[in-house]
Parts: sequence; structure tokens; C-alpha cells
Amino acid sequence: MAGSERLSVLLPTYNERDNLPLVVWLLVRTFTDSGIDFEIIIIDDGSPDGTQEVAQQLEKIYGSDKIVISLGISVFQLFLFPSGTAYIHGMKYATGNFIVIMDADLSHHVSCILFFLITPIVYRKQKEGNFDIVSGTRYKGNGGVYGWDLKRKLISRGANFLTQVLLRPGASDLTGSFRLYRKEVLQKLMEQCVSKGYVFQMEMIVRARQLGFTIGEVPISFVDRVYGESKLGGNEIVSFLKGLLTLFATT
Amino acid sequence: ALAPPGLQPPAPLRQALLPLPVYLLVAFGCYSLATVGYRLATFNDCEEAAAELQEHIRAARADLRRRGLRLGAQ
Repeated sequence: MAGSERLSVLLPTYNERDNLPLVVWLLVRTFTDSGIDFEIIIIDDGSPDGTQEVAQQLEKIYGSDKIVISLGISVFQLFLFPSGTAYIHGMKYATGNFIVIMDADLSHHVSCILFFLITPIVYRKQKEGNFDIVSGTRYKGNGGVYGWDLKRKLISRGANFLTQVLLRPGASDLTGSFRLYRKEVLQKLMEQCVSKGYVFQMEMIVRARQLGFTIGEVPISFVDRVYGESKLGGNEIVSFLKGLLTLFATT
Repeated sequence: ALAPPGLQPPAPLRQALLPLPVYLLVAFGCYSLATVGYRLATFNDCEEAAAELQEHIRAARADLRRRGLRLGAQ
């Protein structure tokens, strides 16, 4: 990254009192060690477990230049999944020209962000360049997961296969939420995307392709839930399928 | 006897075409199973990343405590 560029990390949180300080610490250390100008925007959805208090402590420790807190009162419904409204809200505070979205529960490996900036490639064409979006993928290269049993992996691969067949998106990991966007690209996409949860992440990539944005990929590691509970049940699968069919029908 | 003349393909052709959609479906089903099965088998397990994360967490908790963060019980 050139000297004048700044990275804004959007962190939607819901009940991440234990993970939030660890994620922030990792981000601060990674960016400071690499000399990257950054800010972290914490978008909390009215967590009842004291997440906001922890965020405020972090702001005192690292400075309000680096930690920006945006507090909601259960408007984002993050206890379901981070949806577009949380990102739209957080982007209002973003002063950077690149935006990273990721999960605040330590499932996304922070050091991968450096690779988003330096070495994204399009797997089919092996081309490097200035991409509009860099998407972290669990399914290519040395990307992968940790802590998933066979059943969970099967659901993941099966869902992804279905998505590839129906949408032909040109990106290998559509439901991932570990990505880097140019700020103006993210803003443009936010205006257009209406889905929630997993499908929202998929819709972003599909719309991006429609609008002609370039997408690079970087393998990432997804480490399942060190602390906290996971959220994949029958409901999620049904809404994923509904959303997938909607996208298929409308794009 | 009731079929309009000239509008239906000859009987043998129809018999050959009838199972085609089923064959295609079965073929696609086999392809899907094979592809998903292969991808499932080659799904990477990130042992290194997980171990690295544990180390990072230890370092983070120690450093944050030093800086005055009151951490929850874990």
C-alpha cells in the first residue's frame, strides 16, 4: 500500500466480550508491525454481555483515532448474522479508502489481511493487479478450516457447489465474510444489496461481477470458534437456499 | 388415432428421447456427488493457523492485562 492509504476495518459485534479485545489486539499489532495506517470501527448491536464496555476500554487504550465505536440498540439483528445495515452504519465513520470486513470472533485469521493487500490473484488467470475487491477463500490454495467435523464440511462444500452451479460467480468462496473492498466499491454495492446473512455476502459478489468490478482471491484460514457458540442450524440452511434461489432468479 | 398427423415425432424416436431427461439428471447427480466428494476430501485442515491463534491469544491476553484491560473470566 502506498503511504497515503488507510485501511478501515469494520467489525460488527454481538456478544463478543471475550473475543473483541483479542481481535483488536491482533489487528493493531499486525498493522503496526507492517506500517499500515488503519482504524477499527466496532459496530455493536446492543450486546447484553458488556461488549460495548470492553470496546470503550479498548478505545482508551489505543486512542479514538484508531478505535471508533458505533453503538446500536439491536437494530442490526446481528444475533442472526451481520447484515448490510451494520456495514452501512459503520461505513459512515470510515475514513479509510480500503475497507476490510471480517468476523469479530477470531474465526478469521488476522494475518491474512496482509495478503489481501499484497498478493491477491485471480486463480483462473494468475493475474495480479489492483482489484476492486479481494475475497478470502477457504476453498482454494492453502485456504481451509479448523474445527469442523465431516458433516459441517459436507454442508459447506455442498452449498458452495450449488452456488457455483446456479450463479457461476467466478469466485470460489461466496459465503465467506472476510474481504477487502475499495471504499467506493463497497458503497456502491451496499446501495444495491438487500439480502441478509450468508446470502448478503453472496449477493455482494454477484452484483460486483454484474457491475464489472474486479475480484481477486486470497486463501484464508477459518478457525472455528475458540470462544462462544456457533450458529448453523436448519433455519440457516433453509434461508440460505431461499436466498440462493432468489439470486438465481433475479440475476 | 386421435393424435394430429404430422405433429408428433415417430414412435421409436419418442421412445429414445423419453428417458433422456432422466439420464441427464442421473449424470448430473453423479457429477455432483463426485465433485462434492472430491472437494470434501481435499478440504484443508488449518492446524497451523489454529495453533498460531492459541499462541496469539496468550500473548494478547498478557499484553492487554498489562495495558489495563479488565478481561472477563476465561
